[in-house]
Amino acid sequence: MRVSADLDLCQGHQNCQAEAPTVFGFDEDADRVVLLDEHPDDALRDAVRSAVKYCPAMALSMEEK
Amino acid sequence: MPKSEAQVEVSRRASTIEEIREVSRRFPDSPHGHLEDLRDDPIDLLHRVRAECGDVGRFRLADRDVVLVSGAEANEQFFRAPDSTLDQAAAYPFMTPIFGKGVVFDASPEERQQMLKNQALRGDMMRGHASTIEREIRRMVAGWGDEGEIDLLDFFAELTIYTTSACLIGLPFREQLDARFAQHYHELERGTDALAYVDPYMEGVESFERRDAAREALVALVQDIIDQRVSAGSTSDRREVPKDQRDLLDILISLDMSADYITGIFISMMFAGHHTSSGTASWALIELMRHPDVMAEVVAELDELYVDGAEVSFQALRSIPRLEAALKETLRLHPPLILLLRVAQEDIEIGGHVLPAGTMVGATPRVSNRIAEDFPDPDSFDPGRYLDPRQEDLANRWTWIPFGAGKHRCVGNAFAMMQMKAIFSVILRDFEFELAQPSESYRDDTSKMVIQLARPARVRYRRRAGR
Repeated sequence: MRVSADLDLCQGHQNCQAEAPTVFGFDEDADRVVLLDEHPDDALRDAVRSAVKYCPAMALSMEEK
Repeated sequence: MPKSEAQVEVSRRASTIEEIREVSRRFPDSPHGHLEDLRDDPIDLLHRVRAECGDVGRFRLADRDVVLVSGAEANEQFFRAPDSTLDQAAAYPFMTPIFGKGVVFDASPEERQQMLKNQALRGDMMRGHASTIEREIRRMVAGWGDEGEIDLLDFFAELTIYTTSACLIGLPFREQLDARFAQHYHELERGTDALAYVDPYMEGVESFERRDAAREALVALVQDIIDQRVSAGSTSDRREVPKDQRDLLDILISLDMSADYITGIFISMMFAGHHTSSGTASWALIELMRHPDVMAEVVAELDELYVDGAEVSFQALRSIPRLEAALKETLRLHPPLILLLRVAQEDIEIGGHVLPAGTMVGATPRVSNRIAEDFPDPDSFDPGRYLDPRQEDLANRWTWIPFGAGKHRCVGNAFAMMQMKAIFSVILRDFEFELAQPSESYRDDTSKMVIQLARPARVRYRRRAGR
């Protein structure tokens, strides 16, 4: 799968970090998500899906490959 | 001043505002353009704009053009525009008398939103808010017998005054409130007549008079609470309270702010989360009662989740897929805000048209949420839209917009969803509900810019066996 984050939409809620901390990091200064792993392992699929679904800013998306 | 090359390029291929089709009028004699259309039946007006004009249409509001967009492409341009281009503050003149004339905030709406997000709505505060909300809903139903009737507007408008005040301002302040605060607050929300686009202080408008009286009554209630907090011997004298137990009111008192100013701050903090949550809870319960199959699935889901005594405050922050889908579908069909407005601060291009600075630009959750190409069978209540693999909310993030979209997507949406999950976790486990009036008789009162459930909206409850 491929994960992407729209930095123009991110509001810095940091929910995604709680769901998938190895995929999503945080830039404190910019108050924005940092994508740590654009192609996460399949084992993280459910966690990434939750992060995408519950992002309060709808800033994340994932594509199945 | 010479135009830059980029601007010249834009104006060459884009048309001007006059070329945007203006929607028909149902009140052609009104001196204020489509103002009477907006006051009489705003939902019809907004749908008519898309039906007659397409993705970009136009209506007249008092002496201004309002360019109304819908559809993914134009919505994305609208929602992605920076604050410096499309500004919110000037777009809602009906809010000024509610927050208070003369109450000038140092922060812009965007900065206030950011402050809320960084304080009361922080992720690590949510667990505490969830247990506060659970406690408040239990208090509200504590007086219920084995069966009876409630009015949805009265019930949820009062509940959400307690939850928003407790979570956003503080528990001590909430404990000093009673139903009177909710009643006055409701009058403020009723004071949002679109006549404010002509003059928010227009003489002889009853809802404006009631609005101003309600605001004075709220200031008096807050003044009374302040007096109790600073008078020796009072049960709520809080002058000796340690710093870490102070609520926002204690802090504002210590800054020597007047009751009028403090009330204005509280009204503005609570405004976005109050009528929105109250209306959504009401409509969710109505739609569940109208669709007993969906209700049965949701109740079964909750029963299973809570069978071994899980805490509501824990579960409300986690996935409850069927309930969430029913809530999302409620929000799609009954978005609390049907028209989101901005004022162009500079010339901007939207949908192939150049709009001059000063133009009002609007997006409409009510219309976009029901675009048939994106939401098949758009008027039907179908929570299955949000389950895999359809996920019609994520697939249409510029047209599934009950919370708006883009940079200013409602910062309280996670809080709001948590609150809804907590409310329904409590009430559906202990009670069954049925419609107490004909199904079609539940409707919104759309005569004001703040839409509220029309009374009567009565519902029967019965305690479930063994609860």
